[in-house]
Amino acid sequence: MSDIFRIGDKALNSRLFIGTGKFPRKPMIQEVIESSKSEVVTVALRRIDFDVKEENVLTYIPESCVLMPNTSGARNADEAVRIAKLARAAGCGNWIKIEVIADNKYLLPDNLETLKATEILVKEGFVVLPYMSPDLAMAKRMEDVGAAAVMPLGAPIGSNRGIKTKELVRILIDEIKVPIIVDAGIGKPSEAAEAMEMGCDAVLVNTAIATAANPVQMGRAFALAVEAGRQAYLAGTAVETQYANASSPLTGFLD
Amino acid sequence: MSFYEVYNQYKNMDFEGYFSKLTENDIHRIINKDKISALEFLALLSPVAKGSLELMARKANVLTKQNFGKAMILYTPLYLGNYCVNQCAYCGFNVNNPIPRKKLALDEVELEAKAIADTGLRHILILTGESRKGTSVDYIEECVKVINKYATVSIEIYPLEQEEYERLIKAGVDGLTLYQEVYNEQIYDEIHIRGPKKDYLNRLNAPERACKAKMRNVNIGALLGLDDWEKEAFFTGLHGQYLQDKYADTEISVSLPRMRPHAGAFTPKVNVDDKSFVQIMLALRLFMPRAGITISTREEPEFRENVLPLGVTKMSAGTTTAVGGRTQKEDTVQFDTSDKRTVDEIKEMLLSKGYQPVFKDWQLL
Ligand code: SF4
Repeated sequence: MSDIFRIGDKALNSRLFIGTGKFPRKPMIQEVIESSKSEVVTVALRRIDFDVKEENVLTYIPESCVLMPNTSGARNADEAVRIAKLARAAGCGNWIKIEVIADNKYLLPDNLETLKATEILVKEGFVVLPYMSPDLAMAKRMEDVGAAAVMPLGAPIGSNRGIKTKELVRILIDEIKVPIIVDAGIGKPSEAAEAMEMGCDAVLVNTAIATAANPVQMGRAFALAVEAGRQAYLAGTAVETQYANASSPLTGFLD
Repeated sequence: MSFYEVYNQYKNMDFEGYFSKLTENDIHRIINKDKISALEFLALLSPVAKGSLELMARKANVLTKQNFGKAMILYTPLYLGNYCVNQCAYCGFNVNNPIPRKKLALDEVELEAKAIADTGLRHILILTGESRKGTSVDYIEECVKVINKYATVSIEIYPLEQEEYERLIKAGVDGLTLYQEVYNEQIYDEIHIRGPKKDYLNRLNAPERACKAKMRNVNIGALLGLDDWEKEAFFTGLHGQYLQDKYADTEISVSLPRMRPHAGAFTPKVNVDDKSFVQIMLALRLFMPRAGITISTREEPEFRENVLPLGVTKMSAGTTTAVGGRTQKEDTVQFDTSDKRTVDEIKEMLLSKGYQPVFKDWQLL
């Protein structure tokens, strides 16, 4: 059964996106990409050292992966736009994850500035994935201005608390047509499975893999969980279509 | 409102009395809390809390991993000049010390920056003494532009006005380090014998001016040894929290500089032993889980390695405290460094301990 997931012009087999910060050593990123079979990898432009091959995190990301630079460090729309343009000019492709955070205490995103940056960058031809607090009105606006997906947080970055925003994310799943990718907060594979079961299109995981005792093995665990959650979601859908079955086994006697 | 009001609120409190009422149970309860109040932070700095360092360390380790991962940001200091008009009792650069004075010419700055960049480092902390004549803001601005070709730049210089910070930020500065030295106002007055640094409030409010100017990173600290460390660490934490609450778009970090020997004789008032140093670091991490904690090459190599998992997020490497120390003869050393390892050696050490050395952490926009 093929269950291809599309964002922009890319068709993806894996619904697990991974982050590259926080690993104990850079070459491990490559091993985690292999074990997790992830096809989309986010990298903070602020940390890419283009001058030294062994220090350049891009060295460890296979060509086959979609590179999704992020605007970590941006405090407003203007900085996010500048970081995105620097990333593209440096050859990092045209995907961009917008991260605008003006709050260093909780690391919560600034939805308004994120929206502004999204609008500008979509017009500039980027495939834009905004990281945001799960607010329906804002998510609709992100969609309206051309976001390729929306990335609501499950809980604050690095908190490993799971999907605390579940009810809000569920509303986004119901109302927003572009893919919903839960980003931040997922601390365990079971929580990734939960997000997928709910009907999220993908999840992004960094801290939980990077700071595990064995990140490579944890990458595989997440891959399995995401796959299981997705299968469960699809299986659930199949049950629902059974209700729609034209054969009406329960009420056929009325005909 | 400035941090001075917060300082005044607590400066006359009965620290001893408060400490004497604490029990081990109180400490355990505090360690288990998600959010710690100012007085609870103070409790973690108490003698009673010394019995719970291992528990505090476990929590600090988890919080640090969650917030910063297994990454360690590296930077190196670059001394631009040692002209100084102040007489600080504890410092080898002070105006009364007959040491050779100099500042680097712009081409020398470039050579130093290049030498640093060749080691892989991409972040430089530039330092000067306090002399608006010897090392003027104009001069510093020119230096920043030169260094920016090789690295991002933070400054550890005399306190500036908000507009001056704005100017330097525009030139490419992304961080400020400014230690209050000592929060105790009376001791501050005694050991800053003469010079503009005598102005306690001007220094105390400088980090806030930098936040107002939209500095990305602001790093504060107290020179440990000048007054009771419990109080100094307490005020450092309160200062950090005050800035973090008010200027959420600036990353706040804290350094824990311990006094080192230098040219000239000054005996620290208190000796901050390793155990107390660790206690300060842990209490700060539990109080401010998101704050950066910097540990410099003032500390011994083995000690630096041991405290890595306890909250540290930034380290200096390949350090010299001499003006032009990388490309010229060393004859102007502010204080001795303990960790003299090369950048490569620090890098290997970090990797072997399960930490990723981060050389570049900001991209000039
Ligand atoms: S601590 Fe700074 S201001 Fe004081 S004497 Fe030394 S260099 Fe000058």
